[in-house]
Amino acid sequence: MRETPLSNCERQFLVQAIAEKKRLDGRQTYDYRNIKITFGTDYGCCIVDLGKTRVLAQISCELVAPKMNRPTEGILFFNLELSQMASPAFEPGRQSELVVKLNRLLERCLRNSKCIDTESLCVVSGEKVWQIRVDLHLLNHDGNIMDAASIAAITALCHFRRPDVSIQGEDVTVYTPEERDPIPLSIHHMPIFVSFSFFQQGTFLLVDPSEREERVMDGLLVIAMNKHREICTIQSSGGIMLLKDQVLRCSKIASVKVTEISELIQKALENDKKVRKEGGKFGFAESMPNQRITAYKMEVAPVDTGDIGKKAEDLISNTEPPSEFIPSPVVCAPGTGQIGEGLQNSWGLDEKEDGEEAEDQTIEEELQTMDVKVKSVNKEDPIVLSDSEEEDVVILEPKIMKKEVKVQARSTAASKKKKKKKPAH
Amino acid sequence: MMEVTQSGSAQHAAVLREFGCEHSLLSRPDGSASFVQGDTTVLAGVYGPAEVMVSKESFDRATLEVTLKPKVGMPGVAERSKEQCVRQTCEAALLTRLHPRTSITLSLQTVHDDGALLACCLNAACMALMDAGLPMHCLFCGVCCAIDQQGTIRLDPTAREEKESRAVMTFALDSTDCRVMMSSTKGSYTAAELQQCIAVCQRASESIFQFYRDSVSRRYCKA
Repeated sequence: MRETPLSNCERQFLVQAIAEKKRLDGRQTYDYRNIKITFGTDYGCCIVDLGKTRVLAQISCELVAPKMNRPTEGILFFNLELSQMASPAFEPGRQSELVVKLNRLLERCLRNSKCIDTESLCVVSGEKVWQIRVDLHLLNHDGNIMDAASIAAITALCHFRRPDVSIQGEDVTVYTPEERDPIPLSIHHMPIFVSFSFFQQGTFLLVDPSEREERVMDGLLVIAMNKHREICTIQSSGGIMLLKDQVLRCSKIASVKVTEISELIQKALENDKKVRKEGGKFGFAESMPNQRITAYKMEVAPVDTGDIGKKAEDLISNTEPPSEFIPSPVVCAPGTGQIGEGLQNSWGLDEKEDGEEAEDQTIEEELQTMDVKVKSVNKEDPIVLSDSEEEDVVILEPKIMKKEVKVQARSTAASKKKKKKKPAH
Repeated sequence: MMEVTQSGSAQHAAVLREFGCEHSLLSRPDGSASFVQGDTTVLAGVYGPAEVMVSKESFDRATLEVTLKPKVGMPGVAERSKEQCVRQTCEAALLTRLHPRTSITLSLQTVHDDGALLACCLNAACMALMDAGLPMHCLFCGVCCAIDQQGTIRLDPTAREEKESRAVMTFALDSTDCRVMMSSTKGSYTAAELQQCIAVCQRASESIFQFYRDSVSRRYCKA
C-alpha cells in the first residue's frame, strides 16, 4: 500500500507556518508532546505513547553461550519492528532503509554507551551468559519514532526482572519466579533520544517533529543523552549543514528535555512498583481508560450450561452417520501405500521398449506414476498387484516376472519403466 | 465460579473472564481496536479498502491479508496458522464483492498472551473491521474452551489451564444464528464432548455479542 503523497499546497502551508513559528498542533518550538507510559502484567513489558506515536516494548532473557571474544559478558539483542498497522507505507517483509537506520541508532545508543552492565549478566564464564532481547514494535506512526522507541526500550529494561541464578561449584540452578524473586538488571544510566528537525536549510528548528513535520523537514539531528549531561550518541542526517553553535544549542535543549523525561520514567516505574507491592491490579487491562466512550469493560460473566449435556446428546443421536465409503488400502510395493484412485495421468507415455534388462532395484518416483495408473481396484482386501491388461504398464518378460513374488515384480517393472523413460526425455 | 451439576454428566465451570475493548485507539489505521480477555490483550489495525498490488489483485472481490505478530521473536508456523484461521473467518463475514480490486489489510499484534489467544484475535479483528466501517453480512466472535483431565469444560482458559487440559478448542461463531464459522482444536476428545463444547460456546457467544452491542452503543448513542 502506498502512502498518500503530500500535496504541494500542504507542504507550502506547513513550511510557511513553521517560518511564522506556528505548529499545527499548537505546540511551541521546544515543546514535547504528552508522554504516557503504561506497564503490562509481566516484567519488562511497557507501552509508550508520545502524542499519538505508540511503541510496545518487551524484554526477554535466555541463557546462551557467550561470544568468542567476550566470554565474560552478556549479550544484548535489539529488534525494532515497524508494524504494518503503524502506517500504510510499512509493508511486511521488505526491510526498508528506515528500519535499518532506526535499529542501528538504537544499538549504538544502548549497546555502545554501556548503559547496561553486561558483566553482571555472566553466569558461567565462557559457557553460559544471559542474552537480553529487546523487542520493540511500532504500533502507530505519528512522527519521532526514535524518541518513543528509546523511551520504551530504556523503561522496559529498567522494569525487567531476570530469574535468579545460584552457582554451587559446578552446579548452576536457575530459580523460577515462584521459587525466588527475580532480580532487576543493573543499569548505569538511562540514555534517551531527543530529535531536532531543521527546515529551510537550518534556519528553523523544531523539537519532537510530528509526522507531517517530518515529511517536510530538510534534515534531522538526533542526540542521545542521559541526565548526567553525557552525550551517548549524536547523528545528523538529511544533508543539512549545521553550525557549531547550533549543535551546542541543541545539546543544551536536549539536556533539559532528557532531565524531564527521565523524571517521568522514574515516576512511572515507582508507581508501578507501588501497585505491585500493594497487591493492586496492574497490567494493560487496568490501564484502559474507563471514562472514554470508546472503551468499555464487562465483568466476569457466568454462562448458563444447564442443559448442555442433553442438547449435545440429542444432536448426536439425530445426526446421520457419515456415508461409509472408505476405500481399502493398496500396497503397491514395499514402503508405498495407496488409498483411493487419485487422478488419472493424462500425459501420453512413451511405450518404446528397450532391449535392456534392469538389474538395479531403485524404487523412486516412478512408483507414484504407477500408482496413478491402477484402474481397477478390488474393494475387498488390500491388493498387491493389479493384473489388468488395460494397464499402460508394459512389463518386459512378463511370464518370468509374474511367477516370482508379485511385489518384487512391481519394483522391477518400475525400474524398467524408469529406464524406458530416459530416452523419451 | 459457577458449577452446574447435571444428572450423571461432568460439572462444567463456564465463566468468561473480564472483557474490555477500546475502539479507534490508533490514529493512522482506518479502523483499530484493542480487545482484552482477562490478561490476554490483542491489538488489531485495519487498512482498507485500499490500493492493491497487481500480483495480488482479484477482479471481483477485495483481497484480504491478515498478519499476526507475536510480542517476542519472529512470527513462526503457529502465527501463520492462526492468521489463516482469522483470514478465513473474516473472508466469510466481509462483503468483499462490494470492493473489487482493492486490498483490506488486517494487522494483529499480541500485546499479552494468557490463554485463548486465537479467540481474542478473532474478537479484536471483528471490532476493528466494525470500526473501519467495512461492510459485513454478520459479526463474528471467537470463543475458546478447554476440556481438562477430569472432563470438565472450562470456558476462556488461562495459559496455565490450557497447558493442563486434555483438549483446547476455539470456535468462531456468527452473530445471526450462532453457527460455527471456523473451528480450531488441539488434543483428543469424543464426538459428544465436541458437541457439548460447541453448545457451551454458543451460549457464551450470546454474552460476547451483547458486549459488542453495549460497547458500540456506548460510543454512538446519545444517552
